[in-house]
Amino acid sequence: MAQPTISTAAAPDAPAPAPVRSKSAQKRRNRYVVAPLVLIGVNVVLFLVFFVWPGALGLLYSFTDYRGIGKLHFIGLANFQKLFADAGFYAALGRTFVYTVLSVPLVYLCSLGVAALLVSKAVRGRTAAKMVIFLPWLISPIVVGVIWKWLFGQDFGFVNFVISTFGGNPLPWSSDGNLALAVVIFASAWGGTAFNMLLFIAALKNIPESLLEAAELDGANAWQRFRNVTLPGIAPTSFMVILLSTIHAMKEFAMIQALTGGGPGTQNTLIVQYIYKTGFEQSKVGYASAASMVLMVVLLAIALIQLRFNRKKG
Amino acid sequence: MATAANLPPAVAEEPALGVERASATHGSRKTRHRPGNTELRAKASLPLTVLMWLIAALYALPLLWFLLSSFKPGSELFSYPLSMIPREWTFQGFVDAWERVDFAQYFLNTATVSIVTTVLTVFFSACTGYALAKYNNRGTRLFFVCILATTMLPTEVILNPTFSVIRDLGLYNSLAGIIVPSVLTATGVFMFRQFFLTVPDDLLHSARIDGAGELAIFFRIMLPLSKPILFTLAIFSFQWRWNDYIWPLIVLNDPKWYTLQVALRSIVGAENIDWPVLLGASVISLLPLVLVFFVFQKYVLNADVSAGLKD
Repeated sequence: MAQPTISTAAAPDAPAPAPVRSKSAQKRRNRYVVAPLVLIGVNVVLFLVFFVWPGALGLLYSFTDYRGIGKLHFIGLANFQKLFADAGFYAALGRTFVYTVLSVPLVYLCSLGVAALLVSKAVRGRTAAKMVIFLPWLISPIVVGVIWKWLFGQDFGFVNFVISTFGGNPLPWSSDGNLALAVVIFASAWGGTAFNMLLFIAALKNIPESLLEAAELDGANAWQRFRNVTLPGIAPTSFMVILLSTIHAMKEFAMIQALTGGGPGTQNTLIVQYIYKTGFEQSKVGYASAASMVLMVVLLAIALIQLRFNRKKG
Repeated sequence: MATAANLPPAVAEEPALGVERASATHGSRKTRHRPGNTELRAKASLPLTVLMWLIAALYALPLLWFLLSSFKPGSELFSYPLSMIPREWTFQGFVDAWERVDFAQYFLNTATVSIVTTVLTVFFSACTGYALAKYNNRGTRLFFVCILATTMLPTEVILNPTFSVIRDLGLYNSLAGIIVPSVLTATGVFMFRQFFLTVPDDLLHSARIDGAGELAIFFRIMLPLSKPILFTLAIFSFQWRWNDYIWPLIVLNDPKWYTLQVALRSIVGAENIDWPVLLGASVISLLPLVLVFFVFQKYVLNADVSAGLKD
């Protein structure tokens, strides 16, 4: 607004086009600022209200002994001190790491393997196979948990039935902590393959066939071609799949809620469930927020490490 | 295709293991024996096909067992020896699930949330994605970084404070409390941004020269162009919201507002699980998504889903 006024005041005798042009330029610039603002407006508000506000509030809570009602009462770092001496917290965090370290490679291998088969023109019936393998994507984490609980039921499950049919001893899938975690890991691979498979299929199709042909002509065998041409070619996708699966595994909640409820006992309670239990079931909001802050730092650290690793390799 | 014509004999698909390699003497260009004039590359490999279908069967097994079990009467569910195919087919589990656990209500709640949220998400993601792609100023650049940050800080990390916010806004225990916070999704925004980056700026310039307003350009030209992305995101969003568990869990208190996932969890979390009802209820809860998927599957299976996530 100010600019055209000044320019007309400074050069009252100037030829007409100049101020007119600057005025229209100004108007156009305004349009370019106002239009995007209108377009992103709603999402900016949502971002502030449901992201910045809770984030700040969470940080604030972590320094208080807030229990969901009443005034905030600051207690400094007491929550964090208590947290770092809390065996339950370490157990949950440790179990989450174990789960992540085991499930992410499995998801990665399954989705890449399936994708490689599905882009291979030597395989018949790829469209149908793709659809079958994609079906678990439609199923909610809760129902995935229910399906696998049903399959691996200790007394009535299909798997134990098959084991005993072949003369083996039924395994304690739900009363043994490690076996229960194994079922959770299988279920996560089953449910997580579909989406990552799509990412890999897109990436594999983008690898120039001439590269593979050239490697073939140079006498590279299938494994060498895969190792030296395909794998580097899909590196960005691999990175993305690993990063997303890691974050996903670190915050696993719904599927475990349905599958084991964190059991047997609290052996397979993962970190988000721990936060939910302390924050909502026991109303220790301040304490749970402190645990959330630690989880956030862990997630950020993982993301940064993987980014650094990715950049170094690239 | 052109390369295929140039180099027919040596082309062996990457996973076509030893079988094909053994016969493809490397570097040689002589045409190999082949049935008729069919493309060599399309030659089927039996071991690979069998492997693929074994894997597919492995993936299908848990679901198939689950589906078939849901048609068994309660008495047969636990009677040894188990049989894959129900000895007696019944719909009793579905009927019980529908009537006993107020399932119709949960179904309606979930459908309301999923549809409303999806419409809002698609619309606002398109707006935001377009603005981020076609207007390059400090504001849009900053907001792009903000959206990127949301992917690093998932809801699960800020459960309690988010609950406080919802409560203070008066959205607690209402469907709006699930809908409003779910509208902004980074994936949706990135999908549209990525798409609009590929739309030539010339289109925008010529529309401006013709005197179209900025918003009119978006609504009349750009939005219709983005139809494929629109469908893809719609299906994704519908799946996210239909299957969402953690938001409804913290926002809803009154069972009459429960969504399917929360209701299912309350059945499976019970001391004595009512398996016939749980099986029936779970299968019913899958149907709408399966239906949507089979109608719109090309928007999912053929979509370059990485577009939105690659940034």
